[in-house]
Amino acid sequence: MSAIVEEHSHHAAPKGLKRWLFTTNHKDIGTLYLLFSLIMFLIGGAMAMVIRAELFQPGLQLVDPHFFNQMTTVHGLIMVFGAVMPAFTGLANWMIPMMIGAPDMALPRMNNWSFWILPFAFAILLMSLFLEGGGPAFGWTFYAPLSTTYSNDNTAFFVFAVHIMGISSIMGAINVIVTIVNLRAPGMTWMKLPLFVWTWLITAFLLIAVMPVLAGAVTMVLTDKFFGTSFFDAAGGGDPVMFQHIFWFFGHPEVYIMILPAFGIISTIVPTFSRKKLFGYASMVYATASIALLSFVVWAHHMFTTGMPLAGELFFMYATMLISVPTGVKVFNWVATMWRGAISFEVPMLFAIAFIVLFTIGGFSGLMLAITPADFQYHDTYFVVAHFHYVLVTGAVFSIMAAAYYWLPKWTGHMFDIKLAKFHFWFSLISVNVLFFPMHFVGLAGMPRRIPDYALQFADFNAIISVGGFAFGLSQLLFVAVVYKCIKGGEQASGRVWDGAEGLEWQVPSPAPYHTFSTPPEIK
Amino acid sequence: MNHEQEKYYVPEQSPWPIVGAFALFFIAVGAALTIIQLNSPGNSGVILLLVGIAVLIYMIFGWFRNVIQESQTGLYSAQMDRSFKQGMGWFIFSEVMFFAAFFGALFYARMIAVPWLGGASNNASTNEVLWPQFEAVWPLLTTPDGTVTQAMGWQGLPLINTIILLASSVTLSFAHLALEKEQRAKVKAFLGLTVLLGVAFLTLQVEEYIHAYQDLGLTLQSGVYGNTFFLLTGFHGVHVTLGAIILFVVWIRVLKGHFTAKSHFAFQAGAWYWHFVDVVWLCLFVFVYVL
Repeated sequence: MSAIVEEHSHHAAPKGLKRWLFTTNHKDIGTLYLLFSLIMFLIGGAMAMVIRAELFQPGLQLVDPHFFNQMTTVHGLIMVFGAVMPAFTGLANWMIPMMIGAPDMALPRMNNWSFWILPFAFAILLMSLFLEGGGPAFGWTFYAPLSTTYSNDNTAFFVFAVHIMGISSIMGAINVIVTIVNLRAPGMTWMKLPLFVWTWLITAFLLIAVMPVLAGAVTMVLTDKFFGTSFFDAAGGGDPVMFQHIFWFFGHPEVYIMILPAFGIISTIVPTFSRKKLFGYASMVYATASIALLSFVVWAHHMFTTGMPLAGELFFMYATMLISVPTGVKVFNWVATMWRGAISFEVPMLFAIAFIVLFTIGGFSGLMLAITPADFQYHDTYFVVAHFHYVLVTGAVFSIMAAAYYWLPKWTGHMFDIKLAKFHFWFSLISVNVLFFPMHFVGLAGMPRRIPDYALQFADFNAIISVGGFAFGLSQLLFVAVVYKCIKGGEQASGRVWDGAEGLEWQVPSPAPYHTFSTPPEIK
Repeated sequence: MNHEQEKYYVPEQSPWPIVGAFALFFIAVGAALTIIQLNSPGNSGVILLLVGIAVLIYMIFGWFRNVIQESQTGLYSAQMDRSFKQGMGWFIFSEVMFFAAFFGALFYARMIAVPWLGGASNNASTNEVLWPQFEAVWPLLTTPDGTVTQAMGWQGLPLINTIILLASSVTLSFAHLALEKEQRAKVKAFLGLTVLLGVAFLTLQVEEYIHAYQDLGLTLQSGVYGNTFFLLTGFHGVHVTLGAIILFVVWIRVLKGHFTAKSHFAFQAGAWYWHFVDVVWLCLFVFVYVL
C-alpha cells in the first residue's frame, strides 16, 4: 500500500476507484460529500414519504406505530447529519480553497478521513433498522427516558454511529478553520473574505464547540442504558430534564450550524444576479457572529413546558427574541442589495429569492414559538414541525439547491439544462408550500407531532399535506436528472459563468482544474 | 517573502484515511455488540472491537510514519507548521467541550436536580409524593431509591495524584526548555521522567478505584455522585493514558535524534495535550473531590 503513497508529482486526476478512496484533493472530497448528501437526502426523503403516506388518512393503515416512530427518528437524523451538514461541508471543501486562493484544504489527508467515516456511520445507523427490535424510535432528539429505559438494545449502534458522525464533523470543522486562518492568499484580508467563507468560519467554531457535547450526551445515554448509571433517572439523583439541557446546549447551536452557511450562500448569489455589491458587508459579518454567540444562551426555549423556574423561562424567551435582530439585519441587507439592482432571474437567483421569503416565514413562526406563554400552546404540535421545516427545507435545503445550481457549471464545465432546472424550482416551490403551510393550521388546531394517527377534524388538511409531500418528493427527482445531465455533458460553460459573478473562483476555467492556486494569487 | 520557498505541501493520495475509516467502523460495531452482549455468553463483538483497534493502530503507525518522513525530508514549510499547531489547538478545544458536558452534568445534578428532589424551589410536593424520606446533600450518599455509598475524600491518594500530575507538568516544561536550548541529555531525562510520573498517576488511579469499589462501596451504579465521579475521572484517565503514549512516542523520537530547537511540532502538541489534561485534573480535584 505504501507504494501508492510514494507516487508523486502527477498533476492529472488519478483514475478509478483509488482516486476516490485515497484522495487528498479538496475538489474530489467536496464532490464525495455532495454526492453522499444527495443520496442521504433521497433516503431520508423516502422515509418522509412513508410518514406522509401513513398520515394521508386518519387511522392506522400502512405501518405499525413502532415502525412509524423509527421513520420519524431516522428521517430527522439522516436529514440533519446525513443530508444538510455534509452538503454544506461539501460546498466548503469545493469552494473555500478556491475563494481564498489556497492550494487545498490545510490538512488534506484528515479531510479524506472526515468524509470516509461518514458512510460507515450511516451504514451502522441504517443497518440497525433491519435488526431484531428495529432501529432508534425515540425521535432524533433521543430524549431520556425514551432512549434509556424504554429503548431496545440496538440503541448502542445509534450511540456509536452518532459518535462517528461527531468525529467527522469536528475534523471537518478543524480543517475549515485552519484553512481559512492560515491559507488565505496574500492580500486576502479578513474584511475581504467572501461571506460564504466568513459564515463557514463561524459555523466551524460552533461545530467544534458543540459536537463534543453531543458526544457527551450520547455517552451518558449509553451508560444509563447499559451500565446502570442514573444521570437521567431521578431515582438515582439524576434528572431526565438534565438530558434535555445537555442535548439542547448542543442542539440549538446545531440549528445555526445548518443555517449560517446558507446565509453565506445567499449573500453570494443575491449580489451576483442583482449586479450590485452586497449591501452592508460588515454588518453581515457582525450579524453572523452575534447569531453564533447568542446561540449558546437560548437552548432552553426548546423546553419551556418541561419545568423551569420562571426566571429561566423569561431569560430564554428574551434571549431568543434578541436573535431576530441580527437575523433581521441579514434579511434587510439582502433586500437592500436587490433594491434598484439590475436583477435577472437565473435558477440560483430564483432559489435565493424563494429562500429569503420562505426562510423569513420560518423566522416569524420561530418568533411566535419564542414567546413562552404562546409556546405552551404550540409545543409538540405540527406548528413546530411547520416552523422547522420552513427554516430547514425552504431555508437550508433551498440554499443548497441554489448553491448547486450556482456552482455546477464551475464544477462540471457544463451549463445545466436550464428549462429542466426551472421546472424543478417551480414544482418545488409550489409543492413545498402545499406540504408545509397547512401544517401551521393543524398545529394551531392542536394536532400533536410524532403520532401516526390523528383526530378526524385534521383529515382534510393532512390529505393536502401528503399530496404536497409526494409532489415535493417527486420534484427532487428532477434535481437528480439535472445534476446527472450536467455531469454527462451540456453547453460549455465559460470561466465566469454568470456575468455579475465576482470572486477568485470565477478567475479559473470551468471546469476548475484539478489543482488550483498551487501558488497563491495576488489580491489587490 | 519568496513564493517558491513558501509553497504549501499538499500530499498525494494516501491509503491511510480509508484504512482508518474501516477501523472506526469495526470499533463502533464491535463496541456496540460488546455492550449488547455484556450479559450473554457471545463474544463476537469483542473480537470485532479488537480487530478494529488493531487496524486503527496500524493506520496511526502508517500515517504518522508518512508525516514524519515528510517532515524529516524538509517538505514542510513554516506555514504547514502553523496548520498543524492550529489544528492541535482546536482539537484540544473540542476535548475541553467534551469534558464540559460532564462537568455540566455534575453541576446540574448538584445545584438543581438533587435540591429539587429534596423539595427546593417550588418542588415541595415532588419530595413529599415521590421520596419523602430523601434528603438533599452533596456528595449524594443515599439516593432517592435508597442506594447507599461513601464519599471519596480528597486527602491521601487524590492529593498525591494532584502533586504527581502538577510535578509532571513542571518536568515537561523543563524538557521543553532544554529542547529549545538543544540540551539533548536533559530532554531525554525530563521527558522520560514525565512519562514515568504519568504512569505513576495511572497506577494510583487504579488503586483508588479498587479502594472505591472494595472499601467505600462507591461504584458506577451508586447514583449520580458515583456516575459523575467515575465518568469524569475515567475519561480523564483515558486522556492521561493517551497523553502518556504520545509523550512516550515523542521520547523515542528524541532518542532517535528527531526535532530541532526550532522545529518540534510533535513535542509541542504532546506537551499542550499534557498540560490540558493537567488543567482538567485540577478542575476535577476542586469540583469532584474537594468541594
